[in-house]
Amino acid sequence: MTAPAIELKSINKRFGPVWANRDIDLKVMPGTVHGIVGENGAGKSTLMSILYGFYTADTGQILVNGQHINIQNSQQAIAAGIGMVHQHFMLVEPFTVLENVMLGMEGQGLLARAQSKARKALNEIASRYGLDIDPDAIVGDLPVGLQQRVEILKALYRGAKILILDEPTSVLTPQETGQLFNILESLRSQGVTVLLITHKLREIMAITNHVSVMRAGKMVAHRDTDRTNPEELAELMVGRKVLLKVDKRPACPGENRMTVNKVGYVDDRGVKRLKDISFSLRSGEILGVAGVTGNGQSELMKILTGALQPSTGSVSLETGAGVHVLKVGEWPDAGQMRDYGMGHVPEDRLQQGVVKSFDASENAILGYHNKEEYGSPLLKPENIVNATLELMEAYDVRPQLPSLKTANFSGGNQQKLVLAREMMKEPDILIIGQPTRGVDIGAIEFIHRNLIAARDKGAAVLLVSVELDEILSLADRIIVMNDGAITGEVVASETNETELGVLMTSTADADAPVFEDKGHSGKYEKKEEAAA
Amino acid sequence: MDMFDQLFSLLGASIRMATPLIFAAMAGIYSERSGIVDIGLEGKMLFGAFAAAVVSFETGNPFFGLLGGIAICILLSLMHGFASVKMRGDQVISGLAVNFLASGLTVTLGHAWYSQGGLTPALTNAQRFTGITLPGAEWLGENIPVIGPLYEQVISGHNILVYVAFGVVALTYWVLFNTRFGLRLRATGEEPNAVDSAGISVAWVRYRAVIIAGVLCGFAGTYLSIAQNAAFQREMTSGRGYIALAAVIFGKWHPRGALAACLLFGFLQALETRVQNVEIPMIGELPSQLFSAIPYIITVVLLAGFIGKAIAPKAVGVPYVKER
Repeated sequence: MTAPAIELKSINKRFGPVWANRDIDLKVMPGTVHGIVGENGAGKSTLMSILYGFYTADTGQILVNGQHINIQNSQQAIAAGIGMVHQHFMLVEPFTVLENVMLGMEGQGLLARAQSKARKALNEIASRYGLDIDPDAIVGDLPVGLQQRVEILKALYRGAKILILDEPTSVLTPQETGQLFNILESLRSQGVTVLLITHKLREIMAITNHVSVMRAGKMVAHRDTDRTNPEELAELMVGRKVLLKVDKRPACPGENRMTVNKVGYVDDRGVKRLKDISFSLRSGEILGVAGVTGNGQSELMKILTGALQPSTGSVSLETGAGVHVLKVGEWPDAGQMRDYGMGHVPEDRLQQGVVKSFDASENAILGYHNKEEYGSPLLKPENIVNATLELMEAYDVRPQLPSLKTANFSGGNQQKLVLAREMMKEPDILIIGQPTRGVDIGAIEFIHRNLIAARDKGAAVLLVSVELDEILSLADRIIVMNDGAITGEVVASETNETELGVLMTSTADADAPVFEDKGHSGKYEKKEEAAA
Repeated sequence: MDMFDQLFSLLGASIRMATPLIFAAMAGIYSERSGIVDIGLEGKMLFGAFAAAVVSFETGNPFFGLLGGIAICILLSLMHGFASVKMRGDQVISGLAVNFLASGLTVTLGHAWYSQGGLTPALTNAQRFTGITLPGAEWLGENIPVIGPLYEQVISGHNILVYVAFGVVALTYWVLFNTRFGLRLRATGEEPNAVDSAGISVAWVRYRAVIIAGVLCGFAGTYLSIAQNAAFQREMTSGRGYIALAAVIFGKWHPRGALAACLLFGFLQALETRVQNVEIPMIGELPSQLFSAIPYIITVVLLAGFIGKAIAPKAVGVPYVKER
């Protein structure tokens, strides 16, 4: 029997009172792809940092290929044949691929000769593992997928036989993810051991041989991938049964809350971002907006929440705050929109949802800070902290520390804080963008349940998401956007991903030139032919 | 030929004015390319000038003066480096501190030691770097039209430090783009994370960069007090450190661009002394302050529209803190 490529024996690491890693045992066999899953904060990253020498374990042993080794810094990890591809790339953007790969491994003082040597070695590695790349390309000009490839090449160039990938797909498009998996296959077939850290179960099932599950700093299970399933893994990760499917009753829509009438938007450069968008939203329903990113959803959300002025059209709101007809030229700002009974969970929480460097309590009242209850004209910190504690309690934001800096919360907990802030006020209209972006499974389930609960209490919910699964499981009606126009409306229970996919790439009937339409139908015919 | 004579003497003066700027700008490039903002160029130059004048006066040897200037500038650089690298302080504040320190201490020490209101005693030519006549300059100047006088008046006749300055530009270019140290230096200013994860000490690269900057500031200061002039005067740098910084930005942190900017600014300074008190028809006498302001105005105007955006090294001014 061969020795494991990596063996960890009872690794312990504490940060103050927090056990980041507790009695971790792990065996990774050479030439396999080994997945490590866990929710945010489960200790995966800490464990990998220990392996790569960013941290040293308080106690415990590390064996590489059966040899005890002591890893105090990244140098020693590299020397032991361990390479790491970080979630945030460690690349010098104005440098070429070659310069990035050779940095720190130049071998000699003058670059000319070092470069020609490195070029040879790089080409050899690239062809052996099928990682095509132009060594003279400027890294900053490369798409994210290729930048990641440079990171992998860097590790291989340093002689890595064990490659740690930290959430490698979080920045990739689905196509790039496919390419990455091909690369990982090729690395595995060449005997490289891959440690894949992720919280996406689909990826674990697709690529790994073995999977280890971490929860709250402990290793809770090891499985062979072909003898487990996503449901079991999700349960292990969260520690209880998780519904990957959302449980909901049929909607019973009530009165009209919002009517959007021919809203159009032309941006600064004269590009039509939105074309005659019209729809209505009723209380007690979730209207999903599906579409590939960048087809006008962001602009629509910004207009509806008062962050952007439309160029044409109008919106009428009928809420508990009365009836308001919004017209171009006298568009309300985000604060007024809130007064009209609207809650807004922005697509990008770090840009629009919270101020990262603020305390949780400050972010918990952001946008509502003028409310009497938080003190006026001077804020009353006590009230704010109490209100924050209430939000944290209700939405299970952890840790429950109103004075903690928002940046120190995990993404899922930041998102829950924003959701709590917007939803606890029980607004009549809820505009919600990408509610579960960068959020782990347990939190996703929680967020979904709360959205359904808000709907059942009578909120009119507009849900913008690029995750089709999410739209399909949450929404009651779905409108599909492409190129700034609505290309179709379907009932969620009567549609499927295929139909949505077709709508997401078709043009709106109204102003589509005839020839373009033909081009499209031609494409589909071709696809069908190919399928046949 | 009178016109040529005037032009050549203007160009020769431009080079002399540009020399301290060139040293300081190269110092700025090393420092900023490694990620350390160096607003303290001014103060280091000033203290370097003072030290060079004092040491040269006391020892009678300008080379000792040069060493003295370099030594004090390295000391100030290390102070700035310690504050920026080790203590992760605000680099602008630390640089300002260097400037204030130099501005106050030079005058105080000068007054205490020599009682001449902050001046150092006038140096004899033996205690200075004086002009060198390059081989054949006189003969060429007399016998070959245009090229000869150009050689005699613009190229020849400067002190040794002027030639060293141009050598330093070439050396800087070579070091930055052809050596391992240069590669690491540039990487450190852009993405210290990448440098650290490649197993290179970010701190050590930055310390070396500020030390080099100190050496070059020592040259710049020495040039001012014991080559261009014959004594130290209070505030004798008169903003050259800032102009050099402008030249670094104007030259997009590239030695070639910075050299061009320094020559341009040197030319403007040479022009300034020549057009003082000269009546220009229709406009009248131009205020000399206008000329002093021109380098800054040009930098702003050109950067705003003509030569494109100057993109600073990404990590400049940001203390490096190991992630995780």
